[in-house]
Amino acid sequence: MTILGLPEEEYIMSGNASCPGCGAALALRHVLKALGKRTVLVIPACCTSVIQGLYPRSGIGVPVLNMAFEATGAAASGVVAALKAKGKDDITVVGWAGDGGTADIGIQALSGAAERKTDFIYICYDNEAYMNTGIQRSGATPYGALTTTTPVLGKKEHKKDMPMIMAAHKIPYVATATSGYPKDLYEKVKRAKELKGEGTKYLHILSPCPPGWRYDSKLTVKISKLAVETGLWILYEIDRGKFKLSGPSKRLLDPSKRKPVEEYLKLQGRFRGLSDEDIREIQRWVDENWKNIEKMMETE
Amino acid sequence: MQSSSSLLEKLPLTPLSKPAKGAMGKTGSWRTLKPVIDLNKCTKCGLCWLYCPEATVIFTKEEGPKIDYVYCKGCGICAEECPAKAIDMVREF
Amino acid sequence: MGKVIITTGNYSAAYAAKAAKVDVVAAYPITPQTSIIEKISEFIEKGEMKAEYIRVESEHSAMAACIGASVAGARTFTATSAHGLALMHEMLHWAAATRAPVVMAVVNRAMGPPWNIWSDHVDSLSQRDTGWMQFYVESNQEIFDTIIQAYRVAEDPEVKMPAMICSDAFILSHTSQPLEILSEEEVEDFLPPYEPPFDITDVDHPVTHGNIVWPEPRGDSPVGYMEFRYLMHQGQLNAKRKIKEIVKEFEKKFGRNHGDLIEKYKVDDADVAIVSMGALAAQAKYVVDLMREEGYRVGAIKLRVFRPFPDDEIREVTKGLKALVVADRNISYGYKGISATEIESALYSLEKRPLVLNFIMGIGGRDVKPEDQRKMIEAAFDIIETGELTKEAEWYGLLR
Repeated sequence: MTILGLPEEEYIMSGNASCPGCGAALALRHVLKALGKRTVLVIPACCTSVIQGLYPRSGIGVPVLNMAFEATGAAASGVVAALKAKGKDDITVVGWAGDGGTADIGIQALSGAAERKTDFIYICYDNEAYMNTGIQRSGATPYGALTTTTPVLGKKEHKKDMPMIMAAHKIPYVATATSGYPKDLYEKVKRAKELKGEGTKYLHILSPCPPGWRYDSKLTVKISKLAVETGLWILYEIDRGKFKLSGPSKRLLDPSKRKPVEEYLKLQGRFRGLSDEDIREIQRWVDENWKNIEKMMETE
Repeated sequence: MQSSSSLLEKLPLTPLSKPAKGAMGKTGSWRTLKPVIDLNKCTKCGLCWLYCPEATVIFTKEEGPKIDYVYCKGCGICAEECPAKAIDMVREF
Repeated sequence: MGKVIITTGNYSAAYAAKAAKVDVVAAYPITPQTSIIEKISEFIEKGEMKAEYIRVESEHSAMAACIGASVAGARTFTATSAHGLALMHEMLHWAAATRAPVVMAVVNRAMGPPWNIWSDHVDSLSQRDTGWMQFYVESNQEIFDTIIQAYRVAEDPEVKMPAMICSDAFILSHTSQPLEILSEEEVEDFLPPYEPPFDITDVDHPVTHGNIVWPEPRGDSPVGYMEFRYLMHQGQLNAKRKIKEIVKEFEKKFGRNHGDLIEKYKVDDADVAIVSMGALAAQAKYVVDLMREEGYRVGAIKLRVFRPFPDDEIREVTKGLKALVVADRNISYGYKGISATEIESALYSLEKRPLVLNFIMGIGGRDVKPEDQRKMIEAAFDIIETGELTKEAEWYGLLR
């Protein structure tokens, strides 16, 4: 049976250790609906190491191999190779890692796995800092955000563009998503799963984090949607090399359709130190990203 | 002192956990605000089910949503996103 | 009887991986190990070996991939040296704690800086406390045979711990010796099919491996973290018994015995014995023979297995000895040779124990000739006479 076109089955167990309003848990719930039972997750050190809860129970309903921080891509490669050696071809291997484990410490193993055309799905849930260790700056932390390692001035550099780095690996599928659009996320995971046999599929999910971004837990979906509506987070797919905008981002090429970035920033305590100049810099960065998208679409 | 006990013999060689609710206990006790659904206002659209990070909204088309208070952490997303404003967040204590 | 060829230590390791029918190899090149994985690549690309080879981008990834494959039902193999092994360090702990019986060929090489690619045992001995079994071998045949034996031990249900087989850079890795290759059929008869410690791909009975275990019992768990660490320790202790049984069985089947946890040579009536690890253990036996001809009551002990440590065996074998020469191709900076400290610790519980002379020698591949080992042994005989034992290790052959 389905509800709103999504499977009823739950593979994320209630009573796990996620914080109230966790954007990553919401995303994982729908990711697992799309993946279904015949899935093996490889999870490095990240919030989800904790979310699983305590031995001998697990908050996740499919097999999970916990792994060292930087080793997701490599350990998943091992599982994939063993499945191949054993002639099992009906299981989807999925790496599920945070932004630190993806953009920083785990980028080498991920890049290696993608270059080797390892047949798996890698999903980065991006809460834009080392949240599990208590909100430290990562390569994916956005400009201006206060973290415990950028506690006074805020981060001075923009976010690393991980999906485009993965697109440069010429893998069959790259997509962005965010927790506030579960159906869009679900469809993208489904597509990635369909491309079994073609190599590495990469999804990057912007996952709002109430304690880390300093907002009321009820606003997770709202903030996730605002990230898209302001154009700060662009929803797209690169499917077998073909770029296309998806979801609400489709109508945001026209700058006038985009909400000002302040609407997103002002709801979050992590941006409370921004000057007007900082906000202009973020707006400039957003507009520039869209110009690059436009160029990509012209060359298509 | 070094002899193996029956407790150790029952353990797996390395910690293997089984999927189960309540891996972090009865997380309903974390709540400060409790979502209360007014089924008279509810349109059974299912968005509370869709957006619940915890899978604690049980939903059927016939009966609409029901909340599993044993585990609901009271984040308030369901109330915030309900288009019919059918969910109130009520103080626990 | 298998086929006898002339080949290098590294190729011997590759032939062993092939004979053990490993399912997955994940490895990264590093001198002096590289020709192991080159040979395996050749076997696989020629179709002589049916295995998945993951050409990983680092040794850290090599071990992570081996762990992933191992718990997905694959017999795994990798090889490395020195910096590669050091880079793996985190994953060595992870493999052992996962109880993944990965088998790895380590070609011992010095750590930089300065760059030095020659033999030195600091690389693997630095991994002492990771939970890996460690075998140190003296010949190419022993590399081959020990890899086969190591799979049996590592995969044993009462052990389920990973194992490294350590051989000296160039002295064995690039030196040709006769090698009797056991056929896959012969090995299959000795080595049962691989059973993983758990199957992470069993989607019908899903498990989560490695989520948080509290220090104390909590929730439904009757135990804490510490109990799982005790189980690892038990696995290692069980291996001591298993290694002895498996070595006997191997000898019965294939007619070769390189020792079990240790190998003793002419020790029974000796006053002095020299303890060595790796290739120098072979040379020590030659020195013992020469000195025996001259009337010296001397023997040799090969420390074949360093973890689990053969403490009982060391106590037993040194019973009648007046002095023990421990020749370490390593140094624990600020103390002494690593095997010497372990041996002294094992001897401490004895009321009557031999004097222990520790020599630091052969560091970074410096040549240790038979006459050098002879001088170390002669020094032991002198000290028996004078009773003047220095407590510190002596850096043999150090230029001052």
